[in-house]
Amino acid sequence: MIKAIVRENAYYDSVTLMLISREMKKQEGVEEVLVGMGTDLNLDLVKMLDMFVSELEQVTPNDLFIAAKFDENLVSMDELVASFDEQINSKKEAMSGDYQPPTLSSAIRHLAGANLVQISIPGQYAGQEAETALNEGLHVMMFSDNVPVEEELKLKKMAVEKGLLMMGPDCGTAIINGVPLCFANAVRRGKIGLVGASGTGTQEITVIIHKSGEGLSQVIGTGGRDLREEIGGLMMIQGIEALIADPETEVIVLVSKPPAPSVEKKIYDLIKDSPKPVVIDFIGGDAESVKKAGAISCVSLEDAAKKAVALLRKETPVDFDGFDQSEEAIDALVKAEVAKLKDDQKYLVALFTGGTLTDEAIKYLGEDFPLYSNIPLTPDRALSKREGKGHICLDLGEDEFTRGRPHPMIDPMTRTEFFKSHVDGTTAVILADVVLGYGSHEDPAGAVADSITEIKEALKKEGKDVIAVASVTGTDQDPQDLVKSTKDLEKAGVIVMPSNAQAVRLVHRIMTAAKL
Amino acid sequence: MSVNELFTKELVVINMGLESFYEDLKNQGVSTAHVQWKPAAGGDKKMSSLLGRLKGLK
Repeated sequence: MIKAIVRENAYYDSVTLMLISREMKKQEGVEEVLVGMGTDLNLDLVKMLDMFVSELEQVTPNDLFIAAKFDENLVSMDELVASFDEQINSKKEAMSGDYQPPTLSSAIRHLAGANLVQISIPGQYAGQEAETALNEGLHVMMFSDNVPVEEELKLKKMAVEKGLLMMGPDCGTAIINGVPLCFANAVRRGKIGLVGASGTGTQEITVIIHKSGEGLSQVIGTGGRDLREEIGGLMMIQGIEALIADPETEVIVLVSKPPAPSVEKKIYDLIKDSPKPVVIDFIGGDAESVKKAGAISCVSLEDAAKKAVALLRKETPVDFDGFDQSEEAIDALVKAEVAKLKDDQKYLVALFTGGTLTDEAIKYLGEDFPLYSNIPLTPDRALSKREGKGHICLDLGEDEFTRGRPHPMIDPMTRTEFFKSHVDGTTAVILADVVLGYGSHEDPAGAVADSITEIKEALKKEGKDVIAVASVTGTDQDPQDLVKSTKDLEKAGVIVMPSNAQAVRLVHRIMTAAKL
Repeated sequence: MSVNELFTKELVVINMGLESFYEDLKNQGVSTAHVQWKPAAGGDKKMSSLLGRLKGLK
């Protein structure tokens, strides 16, 4: 049976609703549930799931709807609605007591000394609110995406004129004055400043700086499009200038995908005069031009962190392209793992939740192995070009996998499903990232550990095993338990490497040794 | 307040959108407020369909 109800003028954020949908779906007799605001996107999704009924014809973006496909012998629509109410009420209780101003302007009046607005409302409305914030002299961190590039340019120009930060749109990570914003790890404060256009890339670098015993002065996010020709690197430049002027910052790190040539030139012109050393990881970019600009180039996110730490300690930065463990230990590990494989186990299944971490893996492994991906190294390696079997390396945080569900860093379910559908008796190696920190799921490592345990048990019945490799981007101060996360993974038979780069490198060694 | 001035102040954050971001800030003891944001009536489908019908009457 398919039913839907509409509640007019009831607004809840998309992540809250998607997480509740997921919980409701677990109930017996429920085949599919979608709870959402009546936006075109959500209604398309309802149609795709064959749940569009007449009740939904007049729904507006201001209305909440619950659509469900279920077995009426096992559960009723009333029960499903009651279950929704129970969950939303427990959420409301957690918020009760906190005055929630109805508009940004009233919030500015209400909250004395407000100096930054964090925006994660739907993209079509985000620009207007950011403009209000900038006009009021407030800095902006914008997590929202789907904001037109012309609007981004307008907002960033405004911000530059006013000397404000306009981090984003589509900015996932920043740490300002020690406060992690959106998706960021709890790291100690210190003397290294960072400007990043890559969310999980920034997380990985800040985590490794923290693990090395140093800390961060400021971490400024720019949003992924900042270094494109159209935006001209406005926020990266603003960020670099601020870090150069900041007395607490001694070393500057920049992380991004390779910028547009004109933007690259502007950045190099600016850092040529920097009195502070600048470490640059333009992932997969040209190392020579970085060096020519007087900056320090990197071979990985981890290398960027290690070089920044070395410079801060007045040591000579050297390329780190090996392992924390000795070469002998790595060789022995590779040998022992490869011996577990049967002849028909041929493929890599790499499932990532972090975009930059996927990018790092693809750029390293894709040179030597044909890796099919939704963000392929070359067009002929697009996922759609994969016929039958083949190595895969996916960024599950991309739009194509997140329609109507939260990002896999918030909800591990997407990856759990991909483990089920993509790993089988032909899989030789599994590679995964586990990203801890604020914004992330409460136990992402547990979810990976459960999947690997299940996979290993199933393969055991066929007389097989699989090699599983992961890294954890997290610190001892993150809300999730780093030690427990690592232990849970190891207990499930996962080899936990100290960084994404080392995990990827180990997989390269394994694939080479096993002739995959 | 310039970026470098901001670096010297206590961060005080207004959150609009995902409540989980607000809760993260609150749990860290950051001074913060969550805006009870709703989409503006401008995006109202009923209104636009009504306007469409009115246009059709002309």
